[in-house]
Amino acid sequence: MRDFSYLRAGSVEAARQAAALPGTMILAGGTTLIDLAKCGVAEPDSLVDITHLKGLDKIEVSARGATIGALAKMGHVADHADIKRHFPAVSEALWQAASAQIRNMATIGGNLMQRTRCPYFRDPANFPACNKREPGSGCSAIGGVTRGHAVLGTSDACIAMYPGDLATALIAFDAIVHLGERQVSVDDFFLLPGATPDKEHAIEPGEMITAIEIPDSAAARRSTYLKIRDRQSYEFAAASAAVGIEFEADGRTIRDLRVALGGVATKPWRARAVEEALKGKVLEPDAVRAASLLAVEGAVDNGANHYKIELAPRVVARAILKMGETA
Amino acid sequence: MTKTTIPVHLDINGDRHTLQLEPRVTLLDALRDRLGLTGTKKGCDHGQCGACTVHVDGERVLACLTLAAQAEGRTVTTIEGLAREGELHPVQAAFLEQDAFQCGYCTPGQIMSAVACIREGHAGSDEEIREYMAGNLCRCGAYPHIVAAVRQAALEVQS
Repeated sequence: MRDFSYLRAGSVEAARQAAALPGTMILAGGTTLIDLAKCGVAEPDSLVDITHLKGLDKIEVSARGATIGALAKMGHVADHADIKRHFPAVSEALWQAASAQIRNMATIGGNLMQRTRCPYFRDPANFPACNKREPGSGCSAIGGVTRGHAVLGTSDACIAMYPGDLATALIAFDAIVHLGERQVSVDDFFLLPGATPDKEHAIEPGEMITAIEIPDSAAARRSTYLKIRDRQSYEFAAASAAVGIEFEADGRTIRDLRVALGGVATKPWRARAVEEALKGKVLEPDAVRAASLLAVEGAVDNGANHYKIELAPRVVARAILKMGETA
Repeated sequence: MTKTTIPVHLDINGDRHTLQLEPRVTLLDALRDRLGLTGTKKGCDHGQCGACTVHVDGERVLACLTLAAQAEGRTVTTIEGLAREGELHPVQAAFLEQDAFQCGYCTPGQIMSAVACIREGHAGSDEEIREYMAGNLCRCGAYPHIVAAVRQAALEVQS
């Protein structure tokens, strides 16, 4: 790991000013940044440590929704009683992510800035070509070992999968990222790779995530996060689904439905086609399975990741039916 | 870039230390190479194996992904700080009794993780223990005995 200078920010404003300087990065829990610095992927000249800032770790839940400070730890949010009650999918996404140790370190703001786990991206010594790391250098994953790569939202420049769980739950419930005064929806915060896969987030130098806001909804209160993976725990998703549902008074007709996919796309992926196909319909297994196929409309595989196109709709259908059972 | 060092004040197992470190030095390397506290192990050095688990302000974290400078102003506990006046911590005793290791390399991390797992209230069943101990890998595959040790220690701590 190349050396860097270290500055402990005394205020949000000081952190933002420092982070505006070229070569300077914000350091929170460090679970991504220090790891990538050791891989030779991140090469900051200077780190601004924000973990000692006070008051940015609050978790507030009211009838309007939740506001989670950027420095709240993943583990604390996962275990928060009101988050569990109002946003079960968010709690479930968090406790099924990473390990207990990492959840005690990683912050909510840092979680949104998490980078892909694409093994080619993480290994510059052996794979110099990576458009995400070095724009224009090519993509080592295309034509390589692709079992863990995306099938949705890919481009000719990049097929790296977005690995996070939390943002998949957040995008289902229209969460908003607070960058100081500026606010941006989670959907807009994450960018498709297109021709510029090096640019992953709608955040500019000198900006810093200060909080995440999740609006209250009946669908969020009745929600779940289903994560399917190669081993039972401490593994990234092969495919996952965040699902929330609200029924009409009859308890069978779907008034509102939220569906988002993880583990299959280049960014957190909202499956609106599935939602629209089922809204107003009676929840019925065959209809749910048929509609869930719409989740992977337009999917493109690169060989070994073909299974995700089969798996993702099944995960979606299982999650919707599970939420229906508890009617 | 010129190499500069910064003073870092650390509180480890109740002892205060002041070290002059390059900013990139991790808590793990500071513990092992500068303070001689080699009980905390370096496995993968990338946050994937849990061998370097220590407590910072009472919570389990990975020393390999924590800069030493970030631990300033916090209370750090390592495996060396667990026993009290020569008496093994109940989790240490349970690991011995249940034979919860073979080579022993992952054991300090397992024990630090288990102490926190029990304190968090995440040791209520074997299933819960397996989920909340998943961040500690054991290449010898001593998992059934590790789960038994955590279960035994959880009962002892609660009673």
